[in-house]
Order: sequence, then C-alpha cells, then structure tokens
Amino acid sequence: MAKRPVDRSGLLLDIRNLRMEATSYPPGEPPRNVVIVDGVSVKLERGKVLGLIGESGAGKSTIGLSSMCYGRGGVRITGGEIVLNGRDLLKGGPRLLRQIRGREVCYVAQSAAAAFNPARKLMDQVTEAALLHKICTKAEAEKRAIGLFKKLGLPNPEIFGQRFPHQVSGGQLQRAMTAMALCSEPDLIVFDEPTTALDVTTQIDVLASIKDAIRDTNVAALYITHDLAVVAQVADDIMVLRHGKRVEYGDTRQIIKEPRQQYTNQLVSVHHIPHEENNPTDAPILSVNNITAAYGGGLVKVLKNVSVDIHLGQTLAVVGESGSGKSTLARAITGLLPPIEGKINFSGRVLSPRLANRTRDDLRELQMIYQMADTAMNPRQTIGTIIGRPLEFYFGMKGKERDARVAELLHKIEMGKGFADRYPAELSGGQKQRVCIARALAAKPKLIICDEVTSALDPLVADGILKLLLDLQKEENVAYLFITHDLATVKSIADAIAVMYRGEVVRYGPKSQVLTPPFDAYTDLLLSSVPEMELGWLEGAMKNRRMASAGN
Amino acid sequence: MSAPVLKLVAQRIAMGLLLLLAVSVLIFVGTQILPGDVAQSILGQSATPQALENLRRDMGLNDPAYVRYLRWLGGILTGDLGTALSTGQDIASSLKERLWNTLFLAFGAAVVSIPLAIMLGLLAVRYRNGVVDKLISGLGLASTSLPEFFTGYLLIYFVAVRLQWFPSVSTVYEGMPFGERLSAIALPVTVLTLVVLAHMMRMTRAAILNVMQSAYIETAELKGLSPFQIITRHAFPNAIAPIVNVVMLNLAFLVVGVVVVEVIFVYPGMGQYLVDHVAKRDVPVVQACGLIFAAVYISLNIIADIVAIVSNPRLRHPK
Repeated sequence: MAKRPVDRSGLLLDIRNLRMEATSYPPGEPPRNVVIVDGVSVKLERGKVLGLIGESGAGKSTIGLSSMCYGRGGVRITGGEIVLNGRDLLKGGPRLLRQIRGREVCYVAQSAAAAFNPARKLMDQVTEAALLHKICTKAEAEKRAIGLFKKLGLPNPEIFGQRFPHQVSGGQLQRAMTAMALCSEPDLIVFDEPTTALDVTTQIDVLASIKDAIRDTNVAALYITHDLAVVAQVADDIMVLRHGKRVEYGDTRQIIKEPRQQYTNQLVSVHHIPHEENNPTDAPILSVNNITAAYGGGLVKVLKNVSVDIHLGQTLAVVGESGSGKSTLARAITGLLPPIEGKINFSGRVLSPRLANRTRDDLRELQMIYQMADTAMNPRQTIGTIIGRPLEFYFGMKGKERDARVAELLHKIEMGKGFADRYPAELSGGQKQRVCIARALAAKPKLIICDEVTSALDPLVADGILKLLLDLQKEENVAYLFITHDLATVKSIADAIAVMYRGEVVRYGPKSQVLTPPFDAYTDLLLSSVPEMELGWLEGAMKNRRMASAGN
Repeated sequence: MSAPVLKLVAQRIAMGLLLLLAVSVLIFVGTQILPGDVAQSILGQSATPQALENLRRDMGLNDPAYVRYLRWLGGILTGDLGTALSTGQDIASSLKERLWNTLFLAFGAAVVSIPLAIMLGLLAVRYRNGVVDKLISGLGLASTSLPEFFTGYLLIYFVAVRLQWFPSVSTVYEGMPFGERLSAIALPVTVLTLVVLAHMMRMTRAAILNVMQSAYIETAELKGLSPFQIITRHAFPNAIAPIVNVVMLNLAFLVVGVVVVEVIFVYPGMGQYLVDHVAKRDVPVVQACGLIFAAVYISLNIIADIVAIVSNPRLRHPK
C-alpha cells in the first residue's frame, strides 16, 4: 500500500472560504458569471459525518464535490483553500487529484442507476478504483467487495458482482455504489442524496446499511440531502446552506430541536399543512369499479380488481411504492391503458375504456398534472400559449378574451401576467409546476389526476404547491386523484386514502380511518418507513418492522 | 448467448435474405425495362426479324418474365451467373478472381483505415476542442472532400512518378508473391483510406462524445481514472454500436464504391469489370455484379446490426 500523509490533529478535510462560480448563458443576454458557493468553510474530522442540507441551488452538491476538487458542468473553484490530509488540493495539479479521487475520497451519486456503466459488470466497477490505485490485488479487492455486498445486505453477495447494472433494482444499485465507495477504503465518502430517488420503504433499508457501513469502517462522510429527517439519522453535525451561503451550523440535536435561524426553522417544520378531512358527499364524481388492467396482451396483470370513489371537491390519495400500480391506475382512468375488466363511472356516465372513443367533454373534465413539469411543456411555446391552448381547444376562445382568461389563471396560481410571454426554461421548478396546474384548470375540469406532482420539488416549494392545490380546490370545487409515494404529503392534503400494493388496493377509506391503527402489515411498513425528525428514529423503525420492503 | 439475442440475430439474418431477394427482383426488373433486348444486342442492328426470333426462342426470352426471373435466380443459387454476351465467357469464373482482387483491396484499405480512424477519433475526444482535435478534423475533412481521382493522380505523380516508391499501375496476377501484391495495392489503399477515414473518425468522435455526457463518466472521473482510460474503458464500450454501423457502411463502400479507384490504377477488380461491361451493354454481367454488390452491402449491414445487438448488455444478459 502506498503511503498517504496523515494529519495528526485528526482533521481530515478543511475547506476555507470556498468560492465557486459558473458562467450562465441566459437566452438573449450576454453570458454572465454566477456565484454558486460564496465563502463557505467546512471542517471535518476523521470518522465524523457532516450533513449538508438545503434546497436545490443551495450549493450542497457543489461543496461536496469540491472535496475532490471537482466542478460539475463547468463550475469553477475561484477562491479559498481545500486541504485534505494536510495538502492543498488546489495547488496539487491533475496528478494529485487523480491520486486522491477514488482513493482518499469516494463519491456516491444520487442516481446510482445512471452512475454505473451499463456495459460493464458490477464487480469490475466496484473494484476498479482499488485496483487503479494499486491498493490491493484483484483477488483481495473482489473478496473485499463480496464482504461489502454482504454487509450492505445485497442478495447473493458471492455472485452479485457478476451481474450488470440493469439486472438489479435501484435500491440494490444504490447499495452497490456505497460498496464501490467503500472498496478502496477511503478516508472520506461524499454521499450525494443517496436515498432521494428511492421509495420510502427502500430508503430506510439503504439508509440503515449506509449508517452501519460508516460506523464499521470509521470512514468520514459528507452527507448531502434536502431531507432534514434523513440527515438527522446519520450525521453528527449539520450545516444548513442557502443560495451558496452558510445559514447555520451545529450538532444534529441542536439543528433539529433548537434551530436558531428562521430558514432552518422552516425546514424543520415543513410538511405541516393543516387540512380538515371532508366527509364524502352523496354521489361520487368518479367511481372506479373492479378494474383489472394488464400489459402484454393480458399477460402481466398490473391492476387487480381495483375499486375506488372520488367525491367532488375532495382528494383521494393513492399511495404505494414504485411498481404498486399507482400510475397504471391513472393510465386506466384516462383511457391510455384500457382495462380488460371493470368499468369507470364519471360524472354520472360510463366512460369508454379507450381514449380514442371518449367525447371532448370527457377529455376536458378529466385533466392531468405530471411529475416532471419540464417535460410536460413544449419548451418552444410561451407560458401564454401553453395555458391558452386548452382555452382555444375546448372553449374556442381567441384574442383578447383568451389573453384575459390566461391572465386570470396566472393570477390564480400566484404568478403575475408578465409570465405569459416567458418560456418554460426561464421558470423555476415550482413555477413550471404551477403553470401545469393552470393549464389543467383552464379546461374547467371536474377531476385532476396529480401524478407525483411534488416529488421532484424541494420541500418548501412542494409545500407551496400543495397549499395552492388546496386553495384552488376550495375555489373551483375540483376533485383530485393524488398519486404519491410520500406519506407526509398524503397526511397534509387527502380526504380519503387508498394504499396500493402489487396492483391491489390493500387499505382504503377516509384519511382518519386509514391512518388509525390497527394497520395491516404493508400500511404499517409504509407509515413506519417515513423518516421522522427524531434522533434514533432509524434504529427504532428498523427494529419494529413487521415485513421487508418489496424492493428486496 | 441467450435466447432473445439468438432470436434477434435470426430475425436480422432473415430480414437480410428477404431484402436480398427483393433487390434481385429490382435488378431483374430494372434490366428488363432498359430498351432493346439481349438478342438484339448479340445480333446487332442489322439482324433479320427471323434471326432475332430464333435466338429469342433459343434463349428462352419469349417466356413470361417471372419464368425468366426464376430461371435466373435458380442459376445464381446454384452458382451459375450466366454467360457474358460480349465475350461468351462464363461470368462466374471470370468474376471469381476479380471479386477476390476487389476484396483484397478493400480488406487492405480496411486494415489500415479502421484502426487509424478509431484511434484518431479517440484522440480527438481526448483533446476535444483543442489543437489536436481541430487538426485531425480539418485534415480528415480535407482528405474526404478531395475526389478520389484527384488524390489518386496526385499520388501517382508524386509517389509513383517522382519518388518511384510504388508502381503507378496496380497490376496483380495469380501466383504473384504477397509482398509484391501489397506493394502494388499501396497507392489505391492510400487513396481509399483517405476517402473513408474522416467519416469513420468523425462518427467515432461524435458517438464517444455523446457517451461522455453520461453520469457514469463522472463516476469514472471521480475514481481518479486518466482521461484516456475513461474514454477507452468507459465511453468506448458504450459507443460500439454506432461506430460499427458507420464502419460497416464504409466497408461496403470499399467493396462497392471502388470503381473510380480501380479505373485510375488499372486494378483488375470488380469495378473495372463492371465499367467495361456497362459500356458494352452486357446485361447479364451487370446483373451479376449488381447482385454481388447488393449482397456485400446487405451482409455488412447485417453484421453491424448483429454487433449492435451483441454489444448491448441488456440483450445479452436479460433480467
């Protein structure tokens, strides 16, 4: 093993006054410099875990990657010092950087599915850094990798490495990525939102195995996330960031129990929207009766005998992990996937199973909002055109009348009418989702299907969207079918809840009833997997689980 | 190999055969549409109607088109390509050596140009947007833009006439020693390489650059791999399919499109043979050559498809 300098003081990473900039190219304007990180200092001792928390654009990932002197997408380090193991990385040149990357500092990316090379076996990729830096022989590295697979709870650890990335699940890949980082026995691992893309039930498993691995190997870590409840489970200290600046820094207990800054307080108290449950009115607006739907010509049944009702002006939340059939239910209701059995009553009439056979009124009264607002809008159309399209299509509005209605809708979603001439690319994530809401409202629907509409948004922005949806529901008396995997969202907005598991509704009823014990095993798993802002929650939750998640 | 891969490969091959059959119909129909017929060509303008009629009957030209097509196809399947009108020789036997010569020339050009193009492509990616990249791209484009007859004569003048390194006329014959054969084809190989190099190089560069945007390239970078290791270990394996595609297209060009080069260097290959017989309106030879060229083209593209299927881990190792 090659020598690496050891700082006796126990200080591993010392970032002082870091400044990072990027050049942005706004459309139609000259390029300008944007400061991404502004004067942030981070100190990390050996074996400690520091949580970096903030919304997107806060500079968390940028700071995390700076520990490897890496600027993603043209971000440049323009000031400060980055001292790792007693050496200033900024003065080291590319050779030093290649030496420390993958050896002293390793990185675990948010989307392991994208971060693994699809053309190579997992074992080759997991052991690559250890072999590259000549830390051990190939046989030793593979033995070590198998040990790590075992420790991280991966199935068949002996042969797991022989598989290709597409052959294993997302949660397993995330753990394999952690194994990849641990394989070269680094001093520091940067975890960049390692559980954000996972289901809650999988997240808790991965989180627990990451925590165990950190404890057993005594590696230091920078843990980046936007979820304070998650980082509270693994971090010794937490740094709250916003707009590239440090907001607050303290030990984990202090940050979550006694936040000193207003912004930290907001993050701590996120997801507490008061919402009184409505009682069902007499006749449901949408009634799904014993729907069975399948892919592959009836071979793979993805919905089995599903029945739910939605009442006007109320919200039915459909929850479950990925693959439980939530989005398929939406596809069946909208007619994109005609069910093979059962029927759908909507607004007093029977809906044709196939989209092509539905009337224009059927289409108008049933609108959708999607998870990715980005891809749901034509990037070459202005906001005015996007919102105006359903007005022209359904109501034949033109000219001034249409523009006035667009302005009215923009006002409803709390955006000024000046936005009508802008393009989607100029809007933030939350604003884009608001525009999609306005577009759905423009059709004057009776029911809006919201498919994971807040999943891609920061918690505070998501809260804003949820509040807006609730306000609009009161004004317009529209019903929502709210598809989500996030139980905190469900508690905030639902009137009724349907829990789905492997294509079936396993629990269904008014919110208060569904969320009151005794629970069935699956609902219990879902509820107990939602991270709570409590120290030691993770250990308790893992101990009390009655069933394993479907991801394994 | 797994079952889905075998199934896909079998489908591609079956499609290729079907395509070849369709092409044979097109070639046959095409030569039928041309004015005049074989009997007329053989006997000349001054032939009497009676003589024409007799010859037509003897050659079976009065049979319906589909009968003649099936007869022609049956001949090809049994290795009988017919008889050349102008010389009266058996086409198959006179084509054999020329086909072999053409394949030899194409193979020589491929051996030089493919590794060179891929290496240059990798280098261009490694030093992208720098001097090396621009130099490679610029020279590559320049060499492709110059027509092959121009570079051909340029090389003949400087390398063959002035420097006298290689012969200007690429005569090859049966029993010629291998070394001499190589020396004879050196100039046409150079010309062909210059023609196809840039296309393959640019496509290699583009395919790899496309892969370089992927998240796993960042992973590789953060493992401490050097830029060239990243390209060869992580980017290249994911760019094989598009690269093989363009390589095969160029290989096909090397076989099918060498007509001009063969004429310049008086190389006794398929191209020369084809041009000679087109001038003489020797329809059976044109048909035979057309079918062989189509077969080469289609089979090379099948190979490209199969490589793309086999290089895809999702197909090779299903869940």
